[in-house]
Amino acid sequence: MASKKNESLSKTLIVVVILCLVCAIIVSGAAVGLKPIQQRNAALDMQRNVLDAAGLLQPSTDVVTVFNERVDTKLINLNTLEVVESANDLGPVNYDPIAAANKPAWSSKVPEGKDIAGIGSREDVTKVYFINDEQGDLQTLVLYIRGNGLWGTMYGLIALEPDLSTVRSVNFYEHSETPGLGGEIQNPKWVAQWEGKEIYGENNEEVKFDVVKNPSDENHDIDALSGATLTSNGVDYLITYWFSDQAYGPLLDKIRKGELNNG
Amino acid sequence: MASSAKEMKEVLFGPIFANNPIALQILGICSALAVTSKMENTVVMCIALTLVTAFSNLFISMIRNHIPSSVRIIVQMTIIASLVIVVDQVLRAYAYSVAKELSVFVGLIITNCIVMGRAEAFAMKSTPGLSFLDGIGNGLGYSVVLLFVGFIRELFGSGSLFGTQIFALASEGGWYQPVGFLLFPPSAFFVIGAFIWILRTFRPEQVEPKD
Repeated sequence: MASKKNESLSKTLIVVVILCLVCAIIVSGAAVGLKPIQQRNAALDMQRNVLDAAGLLQPSTDVVTVFNERVDTKLINLNTLEVVESANDLGPVNYDPIAAANKPAWSSKVPEGKDIAGIGSREDVTKVYFINDEQGDLQTLVLYIRGNGLWGTMYGLIALEPDLSTVRSVNFYEHSETPGLGGEIQNPKWVAQWEGKEIYGENNEEVKFDVVKNPSDENHDIDALSGATLTSNGVDYLITYWFSDQAYGPLLDKIRKGELNNG
Repeated sequence: MASSAKEMKEVLFGPIFANNPIALQILGICSALAVTSKMENTVVMCIALTLVTAFSNLFISMIRNHIPSSVRIIVQMTIIASLVIVVDQVLRAYAYSVAKELSVFVGLIITNCIVMGRAEAFAMKSTPGLSFLDGIGNGLGYSVVLLFVGFIRELFGSGSLFGTQIFALASEGGWYQPVGFLLFPPSAFFVIGAFIWILRTFRPEQVEPKD
């Protein structure tokens, strides 16, 4: 069927060039045309995660409305502890702290020996969700956390009570742990035991929170996942890291004292 | 090459049991292992693969008389890859949560041997209409196996189907102790093996001759 003419150099080139052009137009058309919907999906997904962590998500919840009504999103520079209007030209809505952590110019390397969560570098500016009650007092604070599990990075959000030590809930929204073992970090039953645990010991100085087998300290310990020691350790380390002086520690102190500007 | 109704029927339904791409040709096993732990993901993957196979067959067949044989594999690859990217983009826009779980496996449809195999073996020689049907047929053949595997794995691995709990789990006070192994990809080997065994019991002509 293939005629001799098809095999000539000019015909080959023409076919390849036309094919590439057509395919390029289709692919870029799809990518550009669908981008707004995809971004809306991603944003909606994140908003849902935040509400879930804060315990505001019911099956009937209209995510966008509740989010806009209740949640105040702030960008905070973790080095200077100041609220910033925008970071790297992105406002509170579009800024993604996890993407920023991957860019050397927008992040700082975690000092050697301090990187217990194994994240490599930490973003300079983070995104914090303040959820206020009707009187405008802080009701819940939602923070990004992440760290190495067994197979990859576990990404989560943690919601704190106004004392900024007691956990309201946690939501590991993205991870690659083993289904049925480490993957149980998403199991509502396991997550439920986080509620009411205190991250810090007395005077909020030291991280006391632990993930251990047979917890003994009922204020600070949660039960590790059986068959998932490395995942449990990962969760333990990432909480210790993010609430240490290296990350959120100083910021939480400042908010507790009511010194955060525009707070 | 006039295609009679009988020929069309054979092209469309043949690959489901008689000439199943996974069970007989043992193609496309990789994604059958990866995406079958939940029915929902499995269904989306089947639809995606069927569409890609059908349309890549269609487009390749349409231009088959103009494809220089020296670059034909690359031409096929380009068409398949473009289709897969479009499918991936559409999924991310309209089925975000499923797209997130399928993640890299949608992209890996490009390397699924069924798509490439049908393009090279069938679409290069047949009319567009017949090629399109062949793509749908092979997609269906792939789907039958995947749905079977997904059904077994989700039902006995998590005690649910499409995320709805069917068996009350022991960990939540019920009677069913899920088979955790079924949630791991290698378990699909056993389920596919069982599928092939059952199929060949009923169709002994598919058994390979002894060496």
